[in-house]
Order: sequence, then C-alpha cells, then structure tokens
Amino acid sequence: MTTLLSDQLLANIGRQSAPQRELVTRRDIRKYAIATGNRQRRYLDGDQAPPMFHVALFWDVVELEELTPDGVSIDKLLPKFPLERAMAGGLKIDYLQPVYPGDWLTATRTLTNIYEKHGRSGPLIFYELDMQIVNDAGEPVIREQTTRILR
Amino acid sequence: MSLTERQPRANVQVGDELPGRELKPDNVQLFLYNAVLWNAHRIHFDHPYATGVEGYPGLVIAGPMLGDWLNQCVEEWLGDAGRLVSIEYSNRAASYIGETLRSGGKVTAVDAASGELRIELFIMNEAGEVITPGVATAVMSA
Repeated sequence: MTTLLSDQLLANIGRQSAPQRELVTRRDIRKYAIATGNRQRRYLDGDQAPPMFHVALFWDVVELEELTPDGVSIDKLLPKFPLERAMAGGLKIDYLQPVYPGDWLTATRTLTNIYEKHGRSGPLIFYELDMQIVNDAGEPVIREQTTRILR
Repeated sequence: MSLTERQPRANVQVGDELPGRELKPDNVQLFLYNAVLWNAHRIHFDHPYATGVEGYPGLVIAGPMLGDWLNQCVEEWLGDAGRLVSIEYSNRAASYIGETLRSGGKVTAVDAASGELRIELFIMNEAGEVITPGVATAVMSA
C-alpha cells in the first residue's frame, strides 16, 4: 500500500510551539461566559473561568494580513499535508486546577503524532496535538489533546 | 441542608439522566463567541460566503461552542456537589444557525469508593442525530 506520509513529513512529529503566556482577566471571562450562554453566576461575574475558557485565551491573535481570504489563521506548528479537507476531529481535556482572574497561564503545543488510515472513501490523515497549560509555579492546570482528520 | 443533600454521592446512580437543555444560538451569539476567540472564519458570519462558496446550508455553528455546552450540561447538573475533571468530545456533523439543538447526558458508571462518575453526553439536532457525542469524568465531593 502506498503511503501519503513521507519521512520528511513524519519528521515533524515532536515539533513544539514557543510557549505562549497569557493573563486571565475578569473581563475576558465575562465575555466568554456570556457568549457561550453560560448560566452560572460565578462565571458570568468573572469570579472564575469556566471550562474551555482556555480555548479563547490561547486562540492565535494574528494580524489581518496573516489571515487567509476565508478568515482563517494558518497554524504554523503544522506542516503542509498532502490532504487538506478537514473532517471532524475530537478532543480530550483534563481540568487539573481551577482558573481565576489574575492568573498567568502558559501554553505549549506539541505535534505528537501523524498517521494514515484507509477509509471506504479513500485515504485519511490523522494528526494529534497536545497542549499543556501551566501556571507561573510550573504546575499543570489544563491538558488538551486534539485529534484532527484530513481527507 | 439535609444530610442527603450533603452526601450526593450516595444518590447518584447509573442511568441517572442529566437535565436536557434546548439551545438555539442566533447570529448575535455566534458573532460574540467568535469575536471572543478572535476567530474570523467566514463560515461563521458571512452568509453569502458560507452558502455560495463553501456550499453550507447556512452559517456554521462553531464546533468548540458545542463542546462548551457539554461542559455546561455536566456542571449545571453537578452544582457544588462535585467537580468536572475531564471531558472528551468530537464534532461529528455540522449544525447551522436556525436549528434548535438539545444537550443532555446520562450517568454510565459510578465508583462509590472514589466518588468518580462517568457521564455520556450529547448534542442532538432536530432530526434526533447526535452531532456532538462526549464523555465526561466528574468526582463528587467527599
């Protein structure tokens, strides 16, 4: 069976992003809680960050010219894959410590795996990303593992 | 507070259902969500682009927002009686502004010794298809 995955492509496994350090603010928590339709007072008031607030906190803030015409920012951690149509993916999030306004959190992302499967409609490429989020004491706060599928 | 309320662990059983919630996000909510993320993907706000260029039937509801609703489903049910420790989900099918979705879940395992619960979760569309299945682990307070 031929493979879409060259050695050069597979050499990207283990590639890591520069750590990104961000400040959790009450205002950003409130915006996130309101936009997601959260109904719990401690989140709506910004006293604590709800689950998945880290998705907003660590979304890439890119400049206008870095966006593609369809408004997407290119993930620089990823190599160019021979398949490009994104299919459903999944993720797993471990919540290890609560997050409060005033916390500084640092996220580091790693491309942990690239592999191929052959589905009924043709080849599929899977890749896995691991995001580790720690506080300023270096303690783990959140871990997120994402699997994405390309066809 | 009664004794039973302070010991919710004893009350949670396999098969217990989490309260369902009807979700009908509109353009304003989807806009605010993506603004909070700094997500400019046109499929979420540019109707002519989403339908004409990408061929979607409407504006696409953001996948991670569906994931967030699974987290909310667990936390609203748990209240102060426990803590959400992990969640897994996948976005299996797209959904669009105008659709009415429903979140819900069910307890599928209870470990009385550790207080750990396994909860299966879903976001379902009007056709009854599970578009975002998930599994959460929670720990009840001692």
